[in-house]
Amino acid sequence: MEQGLALHHIGVRFGGLTALDDVSLRVPPGRVVGVIGPNGAGKTTLFNVICGFITPDSGSLTLDGRPLRPRPHRLTRLGIARTLQGTGLFAGLTVLENVMAGATHTARAGFLPALLGLPRSDRDEERLRREALDVLDGLGIAGHADAAPGTLPFAVRQRVALARALAARPRLLLLDEPAGGLGAEDIAELAELIRRLPRRETDPCAVLLVEHHMDLVMAVCDEIVVLDFGRVIAAGTPDDVRDDPAVTDAYLGAEVDEAAA
Amino acid sequence: MSATRAVAPPQESPVGAAGRPGAPRRRGGTLLRHLAVAVVAGLLLVGVSYAVEPFRNFQLATVAAYLCAVAGLTVLTGLNGQLSLGHGALMATGAYTVALCQNAFYDRGLTGGWLLPVSLAAAVVATVAVGAVVGVAAARLRGPYLAGVTLAVAIVVPALAVTFDGVFNGEQGLSVPVEPPPLALGPYFPYERWQLWVAGAATLLALVLLANLVGSRYGRTFRAVRDDEVAARLAGIHVARTQVLAFVVSAATAGLGGALLAVLAQSVSPGAFSMTLSLFLLMAVVIGGLGRLAGAVWGAVLLVALPDLSHSVTELFTLSPAAAQRLEGNLPLAIFGTTLIVVMIVAPGGVQGLLSRLGRAVLARWRARRS
Repeated sequence: MEQGLALHHIGVRFGGLTALDDVSLRVPPGRVVGVIGPNGAGKTTLFNVICGFITPDSGSLTLDGRPLRPRPHRLTRLGIARTLQGTGLFAGLTVLENVMAGATHTARAGFLPALLGLPRSDRDEERLRREALDVLDGLGIAGHADAAPGTLPFAVRQRVALARALAARPRLLLLDEPAGGLGAEDIAELAELIRRLPRRETDPCAVLLVEHHMDLVMAVCDEIVVLDFGRVIAAGTPDDVRDDPAVTDAYLGAEVDEAAA
Repeated sequence: MSATRAVAPPQESPVGAAGRPGAPRRRGGTLLRHLAVAVVAGLLLVGVSYAVEPFRNFQLATVAAYLCAVAGLTVLTGLNGQLSLGHGALMATGAYTVALCQNAFYDRGLTGGWLLPVSLAAAVVATVAVGAVVGVAAARLRGPYLAGVTLAVAIVVPALAVTFDGVFNGEQGLSVPVEPPPLALGPYFPYERWQLWVAGAATLLALVLLANLVGSRYGRTFRAVRDDEVAARLAGIHVARTQVLAFVVSAATAGLGGALLAVLAQSVSPGAFSMTLSLFLLMAVVIGGLGRLAGAVWGAVLLVALPDLSHSVTELFTLSPAAAQRLEGNLPLAIFGTTLIVVMIVAPGGVQGLLSRLGRAVLARWRARRS
């Protein structure tokens, strides 16, 4: 049986525009896979297909060999968590509450215990709080637990978003441009963090990363898929991809006219 | 800014000052804590009910009834971000249900202390059913469209009461027969005091349940859905289900509030649940402080105090009876609107937001003086 997430010949069209064309890729457990490509290459569309925001016109997805028909609010139950571009934190919740919200699918106490304020609901909340604090602690931001996200520097907010995704204890983490808006030093720390995720002892997770920032992608990925105009134009290890002429052409724009024609 | 500096713990976080950041702020179980507050409030209310004249008792009972509805609406609008212009209609649903139940009981010659609780429960159930239907529609709508649909509900429900006058007795409405106070309280127990006890007990119960819910993970998902629906879905939250739940919860309290109003007035008619009532409820929520249960108290007090206030203001002027009546009718809206604007400018967090800010400032000064 094929482990991990796999996309098979995914095609997505918006009217006359082909956003994704016969895209196949695989994220096995324990790996960090990067998706790169110029603006409009279809990277975010790809994420939206995996998350169930977009239903592909053709092709299929599998998770551990079983067919996957993703729906956004069911993802964390399947062991998939995603961060959003520009953090997407809940502004009216504290940092701790944001992270606790990320673990919603692990909450066990139902509506009635919550309404009656029964100890069962309290215990559940206490467990969520402890686990959320542990995640924050692991990312070095437990000191901000009671802060409102809006009062924090962008780098910290980015980490809170990461913590919220990790609180779901995913087997697969989807990172949507995690380096956006970060300085060089923050990016280096982020790279270290991402590299650790598949290898850590508790809740190791594979990573699928969409990113513009080449240094980060080259530093953390075991495998890279290059998209251009919705098609996979190259795939392989960072070294393979770096030396691929099709990739440099796509980024430098030499073949843009030809590809568009 | 370097990450190491950025992630250093803040010098002094306002809440974390009491202990480790992220530590639970309060000790003890949720239920015990909220029950304790409710018991204290209940005892206070009993004390007050003996201290003030019957008319004030009746007014306080009315405040309690409005408080029920305003607290539910503040959860819906403040915490879940759904605007409802139709809560007056939900109150009407509760009011008519209690009237129909009480009449049915009395027609069958039933008596006893259990009748009213059963009728109130029936009112809540009926409003929950209506709220669920409206809530399902509401969960598909946003912003002005949601406002439009709830507005339609506010207009349709009272009109239904007029159309089906065989059941609801048209504009005249229904009378609501209510048992006198139990004899155990003595033969001369003032009826208004009994009304305050009944309304106060029901409202405190509703508030305890609301406070439990708001403090639980459901309160958190309500707010998460309000803040960012996409992120909420990715966090594993079923957005539509959450919105319907919030609507149903707030409908239940609106139904109870309306039922209590009917019991207090011992009658119910479409005129008592006009469009204006829905607007008043919403203004009370905003003035009290969006999403603040404690703020709902201020909103509810204002709802009851305003007509009184405008009556005394009108009496200050010597006017023809017609002009006086018109002034008295419109003054509450004018005052309410003005208050709303002033509150929005001076204290966007509402009265309760202002109070808690003041409280924190006083506490900080007191701490500073001690050290």
